[in-house]
Parts: sequence; C-alpha cells; structure tokens
Amino acid sequence: MSRDDDFRLACPLPAGAGDTVQLAHGGGGRAMARLIDALIRPAFADAELDRRHDGALLALDGPAAFTTDSYVVRPLVFPGGDIGTLAVHGTVNDLAMCGARPRYLSVGLILEEGLPLAVLRRVVASMGAAATASGVRLVTGDTKVVERGKADGLFINTAGIGQVVAPAPVGPAGVEPGDAVILSGDIGRHGMAIMAAREGFGFETVIESDCAPLAEAVLALFAAGVTVHCLRDLTRGGLASALVEIAEAAGRAIGIDEAAIPVADHVLAACELLGLDPLQVANEGRFVAFVPGAEAERALGALRCHAPASGAVVIGAVKEGPAGEVTCRGALGVERIIDMLSGEQLPRIC
Amino acid sequence: MRFRDEYRDGRAARTLADAIARTVTRPWTLMEVCGGQTHAIVRFGIDRLLPPDVSLVHGPGCPVCVTPVEYVDKAIAIAGRAGVILCSYGDMLRVPGSGGDLLAARSRGADVRAVYSPLDALEVARRNPRREVVFFAVGFETTAPANAMAAYRARQEGLGNLSLLVSHVLVPPAMRAILDAPDNRIQGFLAAGHVCTVMGYEEYLPLAAHYRVPIVVTGFEPLDILEGVYRCVRQLEAGRAEVENPYSRVVRRAGNRTALAVMGEVFRVIPRRWRGIGDIADSGLGLAHAYAAFDAENRFGPVALDREATGECISGRVLKGECKPTDCPAFGTRCTPEHPLGVTMVSAEGACAAYYRYRSIPARSS
Repeated sequence: MSRDDDFRLACPLPAGAGDTVQLAHGGGGRAMARLIDALIRPAFADAELDRRHDGALLALDGPAAFTTDSYVVRPLVFPGGDIGTLAVHGTVNDLAMCGARPRYLSVGLILEEGLPLAVLRRVVASMGAAATASGVRLVTGDTKVVERGKADGLFINTAGIGQVVAPAPVGPAGVEPGDAVILSGDIGRHGMAIMAAREGFGFETVIESDCAPLAEAVLALFAAGVTVHCLRDLTRGGLASALVEIAEAAGRAIGIDEAAIPVADHVLAACELLGLDPLQVANEGRFVAFVPGAEAERALGALRCHAPASGAVVIGAVKEGPAGEVTCRGALGVERIIDMLSGEQLPRIC
Repeated sequence: MRFRDEYRDGRAARTLADAIARTVTRPWTLMEVCGGQTHAIVRFGIDRLLPPDVSLVHGPGCPVCVTPVEYVDKAIAIAGRAGVILCSYGDMLRVPGSGGDLLAARSRGADVRAVYSPLDALEVARRNPRREVVFFAVGFETTAPANAMAAYRARQEGLGNLSLLVSHVLVPPAMRAILDAPDNRIQGFLAAGHVCTVMGYEEYLPLAAHYRVPIVVTGFEPLDILEGVYRCVRQLEAGRAEVENPYSRVVRRAGNRTALAVMGEVFRVIPRRWRGIGDIADSGLGLAHAYAAFDAENRFGPVALDREATGECISGRVLKGECKPTDCPAFGTRCTPEHPLGVTMVSAEGACAAYYRYRSIPARSS
C-alpha cells in the first residue's frame, strides 16, 4: 500500500476527495491535524515541531540575522527543483548574504483547494531534504487553505534566523574602490529553466535550475579569513539588478567584463533565441562577493571547494566614478551601461 | 558559443573598422533598417568603432513601434469583451494605447496572454472551443509567414473561434517613403537580414537602381553589421549603387519559397498607416478575401484610424532617421521605459530603448 493510500484511508472526507487538498484541511479541525501529522510533520522531522506548541523555543549566542521571503512560482515543479527547495534555499541564502550561519526556519503554507496531495507531499519532502542539506531546522509553521481560484496551487513563506559569523558588518556600505567583484558561477539557469518549463519550449537540452544553498560557500570565505565587504545573492532581475542595487546603495561605480561572466552554452542559446539578456535573467543559486582586490585569489580558492561556487570567477572591480553606475566592457572592447530590468522580462517579437 | 562568438570577435571587428576607415574619404550617412540591428549597434558600441565620417541613423524596423495606436486600443477593447482570449507577442503587451496597455487590461481582468508563436494561439483556440481567441498579428515580413500559417491552419481545421487582428507592414515601401522625403539624407541602407531571409532581396534591385543607393543585406551580429557598413561605403566611394548580400549564410536571392507561398495564400498587400510616420501606399498586409472570416476586424468591428495626435514625442522623426533619440528633450527625463511617451522607448527593438539601456545618460541618476 502506498503512502497516498494510507493518507486517503485516514482522512475523514467524502470519497474521491482524498487525493486533493480540501477546505477542511485548513479548518483547524481533525482534517487539518491529520494533514499536518501525516504529511507535513514527518517531512520536516524536527523535535520542536513534535512538541506541538504554538511556537518554537530557540537558543542563540550573540548577534542574529533575521529574514523572510515569500515564494510563488509556476510551475510548482521544474527541472532542478520545486517551490519547496526554492523556499528553503532562498531564505537560507538571504541569511548567508548577511554573513550568518542559517539556523532556524519557519514555514507558512497557503494551499489552494484542489491541490493534489501528491504535489504537496513532494514539496514538503523537498523542503525537509533542502533543510537537511543546508544545515537548518524547520522549527515552526502554519497551514492555511484558500478556495479554488484564490491561489496558484501553493504559496510558501519562510522566515529564517541565523547566527552572525561575519567579524564586521557585511553590506553595500562596506564596498570600496579597488574591491574585486566575484561571481560564484554561471548565470541564467533558473530563469530559463522556469521559462522553458512554463511555456513548454522544446529545447533539445533540458535547462536545470541552479537552485542551491549558498551558506557553506559563504561561510568558507569567513573561515579563510577573507575580508568580505558585501554579499548579494542573484535572484529576480539577475546579475544586472544585484550590481546596480549595490552600486546605488554603496554610492560607488562598478565595472565588469562581459567576457569573464560565465553563461552555459544552452542557457545562452535560449536567451539569444528569446531576445533576453542573461545578465537580467533570474538565478537561485548564485551570488556576488565584494572583497579587497588583494584577497580575491584567496576568496576564489575558498569558494571553489564548494559545489555551488565551484565556478567562481572575478568579473570586475569597484571603481572611482559616478555613484550607482555599472558599466560592462563588451566583446568589442566598448563599454556600455548595465541597467536594471524595466518591468517584466518579455520575449521579443522576432 | 558556436555561430555567435565568431561574429563577435574583437580583433576581427577592429580589422573591419580599420578597413572602413581606410576606405572612407568623405562623410556618408547610412541607415540600418531593423531595430534589432540598432540594438546590436548601441549595445556593442559599433558606431564608436567607426570613423567620424560614417554616420549610422536608425530606421523604422521596429514592428511594435510602427503599429498605430488605434490597433492597440482595438486590441484592448476586444480583450475586454466577455469570453475573449487575446494573444500576442510579449513586447506588444507593453505598448501604450491612448489609455493604457494590454498588461494594464490584464490587470483589470482581461484574459491577455503572451505567446511565443502564433501557432500557440492556434493551440489556445483548440483547447478553448467556447472562447473567442484573437491573435494580435503585428510585424514585418519576418513574422508574416508564421502568422499566415496560423490563419491557414485555422481555416484547414475549420477552427471558427480564432481570428487575427492584423497590422502587418512591409519594409521596401517604407524605404521608398524615406528616400522620397524632400529632406532625405540617407545615402545607403543596411537592409534587414531576417526580412530578406523570408523575402529574398530581388525586390531591392529596382530601389537601388532608381534611387541610386547601395543596399547591403546585413545580419545582426557585430561583424555582420561592420561588414554591411564596409560594403556600403565601398560602393559609395566607388560611385556604385547595387544590392549586395554578404549575409549569404542566411539569405538567398529568392527568399524562402515555402514562407512566401503561405504568405501569398493568406495575405494581400494593402495600404497601411505607420505610427509616427503616416499613411504609406501598398505598405502592409491584410488578410486575403478567402480569409475574411478570420479577420478580427470583421468579427469585432473595424479599426477607425483617427488623425494622429501630435504630442511631445518625436518617435516619428526617429523612425524616419531624421534625428537620434538623444535629440529629444524628453529623453531619459520625462520619457523612460517605466513612463514612456512613445513606443520607441518601450519595445525591445525601439531605438530610444536601446539608447536608454546601453548609453550613459546624465539625467538618469537624478
């Protein structure tokens, strides 16, 4: 007997409704208790959850980082991950970018009536596995069900607390002229994977999302004694938005070299076909680090020992120049301005 | 990446730029017809590699830029009707009509979908037999074959719930209109390579001969564009006015016969109005009489073309190559991609968007 059958037999709902989420699953009664006990709690496997209390009691030493993010993605499952891996890695990565070791996560699930339980089971299993891989505990949570049509299958919010390990504050204010700009790996995989999966493009090669936890790679920088001035994970808006945001917040200019920015051939080909700029395509497992130029080699050595950052390279430097300006030296040696994406990324007409 | 990197080689580009500089003895003004070429020129800084005597001006080849505002308004009105699914290419959704764009219509509840091919709209129609599916078919000769194929298949399948709102335009009549203008300053053309992929280049022979202008079929990579410029100035310096095709890895003299056949079956040549430019005879495509049943203008009422409003935007002059985006006082200040005054600031192929995106603008940081 499969686990799906187990659940159906245990669920006191009308026949035929047992394989999808029902409004009763969010009603605060037995159906909800069974959903949490049978499906969610086992996947998250944490002693704090087993206490069945209103909140988690945590132990922290010293300064902490705290962040939250909400996750909406269509399709819920895509090559290289699903909304569950995104929801754990995304918040873990935000904590890492604060110079913190991720410790605890909360999970808020908003389920749409009719969501197949098989999908929910897969997603919470992904969350459990991603949490284990990231060294973070899922210690408290909440589940709500909304009527069909009021949500796109499943929305997730995660909030996270991390222990700060950075010896000095990490952020745009620390960026200085002469800093090397390090990119942790090739860009554009997540955005193109989602677009290909959503639109059903028949690309010859499957593009997989780069969704990955970045904390270990970031912590390796601190362990190696690198002076980390700023960290930023690349998400929506891609490398371009991250650099422009940092340049504006830091009041500095940044120059990068297009030839140094790694983009996998199949990602590049998909971008060319659709008229998209890889610099503006979303990522979920890449970041940029600003470190003093003299420490760049040491930083690269530390990063390359960790899988998600094994392709780390220096792509440019912080310069004297107009505050907020990001320039890119192109293939022909001519510089151009890098700007944030305006509105939604839309493929061109021809 | 193969088939791309070799056309972006910096050393080869400088060699070509040097050859252009050695060839040129006096000022020449060339127009690149296609907005895709404009973007490549500005993105890679190709104009900055050229000697000061060679000026590149940007042409009308941005399909969404030249779509009349009334068609955008009509598309928005149709999208607002109960039961309608309106499909179009992604960058058409952001084009402002007189009261908003299609994305805004979607946010108000209209079912507006971005598709990557008109054949996707065909599939939407098959899957939603009780809905009226309208494909907003815009573009030059490049998108015409696929749009024609959607109508052709719909007719073959007897798919009664698909119709096309057609605003198709053709390149050679626009080039003729530019050359006929009394203050024309264009002395040579880089023809749009992908238009020629479909159409071939025979239709440019009489243009080159009549107006005494060189026309060079040009691709979209930096080396393609530099090669196009080189061939053009070499002809001008030698007093020649011929059609040349250095983009022969893609373009054949007679074009793509299959594409031309389906276009001939589905479309007919009609007069068209170009946004910012005006009415040009025989400059567009409309559905042939046999396809009248698939014409959204028959199904939902015709598009009434009003006299074009003249505002602050100078995109018409930009599209005709009379001035550059940076000549506009509103550029980068009152007109940005977030708050565009004209379509050339919106489209992925618009000249103003290219300058805004890739060139430093003092006003931007304010």
